[in-house]
Amino acid sequence: MEKMQQVVGRARAAFNSGRCRSLEFRMQQLKALERMVQEKEEEILAAIKADLHKCGHNAYSHEILGVLGELALAMDKLPSWAAPQPVKKNLLTMRDEAYIRPEPLGVVLIIGAWNYPFVLVMQPLVGAIAAGNAVVVKPSEISENTARLVADLLPQYLDRELYPVVTGGVPETTALLTQRFDHILYTGNSTVGKIVMAAAAKHLTPVTLELGGKSPCYIDTDCDLAVACRRITWGKYMNCGQTCIAPDYILCDPSIQSKVVENIKETLQEFYGEDVKSSPDYERIINKHHFRRILGLLEGQKIAHGGESDEASCFIAPTILTDVSAESKVMEEEIFGPVLPIVTVKSVDEAIEFINCREKPLALYVFSNNKKLIKRVISETSSGGFTGNDVIMHFFLSTLPFGGVGNSGMGAYHGKHSFETFSHRRACLIKDLKMETTNKLRYPPGSQKKVDWAKFFLLKQFNKVRIGLIALGLLGIVAAVVIKVSCF
Amino acid sequence: RGRLRVHLRATWLSGKTRPMEYRVAQLEALGRFLDEKKQDILEATASDMGKRRWGPEGLFELGLVMERENFLTSKFWPFLQVTQLDSAFIRKDPYGVVLIIAPWNYPIHLFLVPLIGAIAAGNCVIVKPSETSKNTERLVAEMLSCYLDNDCFAVVTAGVQETTRLLENKFDYIFFTGSASVGRIIMTAAAKHLTPVTLELGGKNPCYVSDTCDVQNVARRVAWGRFFNAGQTCIAPDYVLCSVEMQEKLMPALREAITEFFGSNPRESPDFGRIVGDKQFRRIRALLCSGRVAIGGQTDEKERYIAPTVLADVLPSDPAMQEEIFGPILPIVVVANMDEAIDFINARPRPLAIYAFSCDSKVRVLERTSSGGFCGNDTLMHVTLTSLPFGGIGNSGLGKYHGKFTFDTFTHHRGCLHRNMGLEALNALRYPPYSQQKLGLLTATFEIKRKGTCTLL
Repeated sequence: MEKMQQVVGRARAAFNSGRCRSLEFRMQQLKALERMVQEKEEEILAAIKADLHKCGHNAYSHEILGVLGELALAMDKLPSWAAPQPVKKNLLTMRDEAYIRPEPLGVVLIIGAWNYPFVLVMQPLVGAIAAGNAVVVKPSEISENTARLVADLLPQYLDRELYPVVTGGVPETTALLTQRFDHILYTGNSTVGKIVMAAAAKHLTPVTLELGGKSPCYIDTDCDLAVACRRITWGKYMNCGQTCIAPDYILCDPSIQSKVVENIKETLQEFYGEDVKSSPDYERIINKHHFRRILGLLEGQKIAHGGESDEASCFIAPTILTDVSAESKVMEEEIFGPVLPIVTVKSVDEAIEFINCREKPLALYVFSNNKKLIKRVISETSSGGFTGNDVIMHFFLSTLPFGGVGNSGMGAYHGKHSFETFSHRRACLIKDLKMETTNKLRYPPGSQKKVDWAKFFLLKQFNKVRIGLIALGLLGIVAAVVIKVSCF
Repeated sequence: RGRLRVHLRATWLSGKTRPMEYRVAQLEALGRFLDEKKQDILEATASDMGKRRWGPEGLFELGLVMERENFLTSKFWPFLQVTQLDSAFIRKDPYGVVLIIAPWNYPIHLFLVPLIGAIAAGNCVIVKPSETSKNTERLVAEMLSCYLDNDCFAVVTAGVQETTRLLENKFDYIFFTGSASVGRIIMTAAAKHLTPVTLELGGKNPCYVSDTCDVQNVARRVAWGRFFNAGQTCIAPDYVLCSVEMQEKLMPALREAITEFFGSNPRESPDFGRIVGDKQFRRIRALLCSGRVAIGGQTDEKERYIAPTVLADVLPSDPAMQEEIFGPILPIVVVANMDEAIDFINARPRPLAIYAFSCDSKVRVLERTSSGGFCGNDTLMHVTLTSLPFGGIGNSGLGKYHGKFTFDTFTHHRGCLHRNMGLEALNALRYPPYSQQKLGLLTATFEIKRKGTCTLL
């Protein structure tokens, strides 16, 4: 507890010193972060491999590429993101300066998750640094190799007081959450999300919660099934299903269910070969606890493909379940594993209803050649994000805000959205001490005439071309005179 | 109450609030409510706040008209416009059933402005007006249902206990205006359901007056901001920071401004309000024993009248400096210079607004402090510009609204990507089995992506 107080206290003192205010400083830190990712690429890939049995290609494309992209974007756009933004004025404020000033929040906390242990702390970190904050980074202890690496590397490249890394499990995180932060970004599950928000409430700390849920994937009868299934297979089984936006389950017409299974089987063969266990490209479940949890979901289910497992290596084969009942255990919780249930529905109406009587998911997927149908599903449902005719991909477009809604979370980040999440947009109006005559409109004693004049000034939006300064001044004087005269 | 929420949720699921035409129709109905019931509204708020003339409420009515204008004119449609980027867009989805809890100090304005945004955003709304402003509460509860669709919009009257029970239900968004202590309770209750919130809270808004100033104009603007609505304004200048010389100069100027506004006996001025309730009156009265009373200080418990008061030489340890005043008392705290003023401000919780009066250095105050909003050389005015976001930071709140920001507050910005079923060959790079070559190609396409705008990945 004391240690947490010290760490956060130091970060706050460092923030108050004002050194992370300047854009040059922030750029310098971002550049250092970029160097770190480039110079230590091997160590990073090795740590991720040790945690998740992830091959170099996947680790690089899932975790490093995204971070480099985010860094490049932030460094390129920082001057324009951080610049004060002038706003439209009305007649009354015509001579004034009115703008929104993006400012750092202060000391922010980033709590990472274990499934993409590097990118899920790094991507928010980029935004938080760019926005000028001090950042306490708490990587997930479950992905212990990456956590240790992040704790070792960050102090070697970044300002040690402004960006400390805190490691530990539940007790350390609980202690950390008693401290006051100016924003908390948490990635994880809804249960802990509620605990984080409740802790934040004590200090009125705003939060961004990147949670999860069961992301539905609806396959229409009118679509290129082979392509759809290939894309779904990729998104479902990447990272052994341990992806917050993985298609959790499939909804489709019973008539295409067996074709779907066939296509996925074929694709799995294509991706991982005959013996999945020996493919270097297939990951493992993070630990025994989750291994047992996922296996438990298979009880009583019709296994159309897969089902093999090996506890010693936390291996679970890519599995497909058919004719799954909505009430079964596998349909109650987020699977977060390589098990793909197929629930049959007789129409898109049924699919929409099915989706809507459940918690709002983090992602929603629809495969169809029918654009109208896709539009309909989007407009009649709610989800964090959406990809049509593919899975996962909306995550990679940094112009799209990435976040959940309802049980799947609140707030968003990625690209400019990260910068905005970690900034306070301060409204600024700088007036003159002169032009007092127009002010008389608002001072007591009151009158209906004053209201009418005020209405005129407040409601007319200022158009530079339309009215000149002199005209405005005249107007103000006329108004003041009229009011004075009418008060006698 | 539970049934009400269930009913609204059922309507929500039916999709009734989604079409544009529906939302516009509801907003127009709200406009009719304001026009037709204007007299009733003015009377109700007058009895609640002891005002006897159009006063501040009238001015704020303008704010409402502005907000409505924003949404009913062509300015509305671009808000809903999905932001197109190739086949990627951001959809503005309504949240569902939202709860708006309003305070008593501007009882109409502070529920109506969020309500307008919530309706425009396509939500179903439950409004809970403050039980402290009883007349307005009754008016809203009785009359709003005559104008708005009762399937989608409801007014709930509730005291502390019932509000606590109301909060046990799940809402899809909660918008709260009030004190920080209640704000914490609201957010804690919201956490149980992972409900996002906007909290418009308060604090002590400092007002720094430098030595280089036209004293009379400063005095008028500060007095106006402070005594508006008898000081019961979340963004009122709470206290003044200035040098001992400036305090000397300000005093006669403030006296003159007060007389100009309210006459020689403010008690008889129809433009000076009263404190909303006995409890609040007693609380504010107790703050008078801070520093020394330089102007005003008279009170009348029966009328809940507290004269426009200025306290000089107030110490940081005095009662008036321990809590948000929310009354017609203006303490002046003497500081040696601007640096001391800035340190004073930064040593305290971040306020909803900071005011700085100066011919030259107000921007330095802006740059070295943090607050919800900032106004240089005036008070309150930054909130009349609806193109500026209105909200707090830290203890003064989270989230923001006014104008388009209200609409954005009540919508979920959903990132959507529409991909082509074709061009599958391009996807080959992302599929296993992986090879060094694939990774090389992937990195190369990433470089192209960074320089161009296509999403090859």
